[in-house]
Amino acid sequence: MLVLSGIVVVIVGFAARINALLVIVVAALLTGLAAGLNIVEVIAALGKAFNDSRYISVVWLILPAIGLLERAGLQERARALVARLQSATTGRLLMLYFALRQITAALGLTSLGGHAQMVRPLIAPMAEAAAESRLRALPDDWRQRIRAQAAAVDNIALFFGEDIFIAIGSILLIVGFLAGNGIRVAPLALALWAIPSAVAAALIHGVRLRRFDRRLSRALSVPEVLTGGLK
Amino acid sequence: MIGLGFVYLVAGLMFAGFAVASAGDRANPRRAANAVFWGLFALSFLAGDRLGDLANGVLVIVMVLIAGLGGLGQGRPPTTSAEQRRASSERLGVRLLVPALAIPLVTLVGVLGLTRLQIDGAPLIDASHATLVALTLGAVVAVALGTLLLRQPPSAAAHEGRRLMDTVGWAALLPQMLASLGMVFALAGVGPVIADLADRLAIGGPYTSVAAYCLGMALFTMIMGNAFAAFPVMTAGIGLPLVVQANGGDPVAMSAIGMLSGFCGTLMTPMAANFNLVPAALLELRDRHAVIKAQLPTALALLAFNIVLMAVVVYR
Repeated sequence: MLVLSGIVVVIVGFAARINALLVIVVAALLTGLAAGLNIVEVIAALGKAFNDSRYISVVWLILPAIGLLERAGLQERARALVARLQSATTGRLLMLYFALRQITAALGLTSLGGHAQMVRPLIAPMAEAAAESRLRALPDDWRQRIRAQAAAVDNIALFFGEDIFIAIGSILLIVGFLAGNGIRVAPLALALWAIPSAVAAALIHGVRLRRFDRRLSRALSVPEVLTGGLK
Repeated sequence: MIGLGFVYLVAGLMFAGFAVASAGDRANPRRAANAVFWGLFALSFLAGDRLGDLANGVLVIVMVLIAGLGGLGQGRPPTTSAEQRRASSERLGVRLLVPALAIPLVTLVGVLGLTRLQIDGAPLIDASHATLVALTLGAVVAVALGTLLLRQPPSAAAHEGRRLMDTVGWAALLPQMLASLGMVFALAGVGPVIADLADRLAIGGPYTSVAAYCLGMALFTMIMGNAFAAFPVMTAGIGLPLVVQANGGDPVAMSAIGMLSGFCGTLMTPMAANFNLVPAALLELRDRHAVIKAQLPTALALLAFNIVLMAVVVYR
């Protein structure tokens, strides 16, 4: 039971908003000590785990390219493109990205989207521009809310799209785990069971984005009395 | 063969560049902290395999202490003003989108095409790391295209990369650290202890087992930060013994829908840093839990849907 102390540290540390990196290191050291390793062995185990996980941080290689394009005005270009589309609303635009992200993920193309590659340079500015062009001044708290929605769309569409593809990590993990327990399954059978939830995700989030659109226009529309009916 | 070595070399050089540039940035009062932090990260990428486990462990702890106690500062690399960007965007027009779309395109071509290429019978690209190699190539191609096609100064990519890196700050290390924590947990045998606990707490009826399995997947995913870590524990602890063996459920539908219940948990936890906290930093949101809050209603509704779906189909 003592080896669970690390989990307690994680929950308490995150709840108390202590620096997450410190929380993780303390949790790792405590867990290792509770499992009977000495302090040198625990630090070495953490070092080995960190070294073996370097591939995760490779995603930051994308930043110079994204920053360079921002310097040249990519976000402004994305905004201008959307501002010309009369029918574009924040919610509709995010739903379109949801559909594209979900379909490409279902085809195994999970690296086509992402927060650094797509959301920050293109999708978030487009979603903000859609609100700006229709509703004039965009207060900062609504700008923040729109950005959070853009990030959420990327995550939800990815999670509930990728499992339809048979060669994705989670499907392979299930096949491997069940085989280890003497149950043989075809990846395709698992992938088919991902379809109902994928449809549900699109419907549920689509409804929420429509409601977000309505709340956005209600919050931002200036009553005509105040503008003297000017458009 | 181009593999992880190439990817880590490029990443190491980039972080070394950030460290050197940070050291000379007088606008940043914590420039020394930034320089040491990114310098150690560069060292990890360039020489991690030669340092040995203990030295790597000390390196991690020093990085975390720098980030956790004093924190990192924001550098001020040279960049363009909002006015200049608007003018540049007018001038360059759709050409701006070419390097942006080159990233996914090169990644795609790399994953699908380059893995088939061979030189003297040996594969050109290490197939097991094809996505990482392709992503690296995509980033390099986009920088080259951006610099040449959009006529940006040669040093701009390095400055702009550091500007965004400082925006993300120490949160950049979180996903890798959480994965490391998961590996330490596995080494210490946390999984079997949880399975044992879950086994004792769970109730054995057909529908309560389904609910316990789905909720357990979501909850344990929230604690661990990813559904992959939760799946073997919960499926061995509740799924297989209760849903499949005791009540005759279908393991295929159960596993597939169980994994998706775990994904609902991923949407609701700060432990899934790369999906929830990193984008908040990247989009410069004041509330670092803003993305989780935006996802919460959808995640809860989908979790309910998955429980009902499994209850309906798993015993047919």
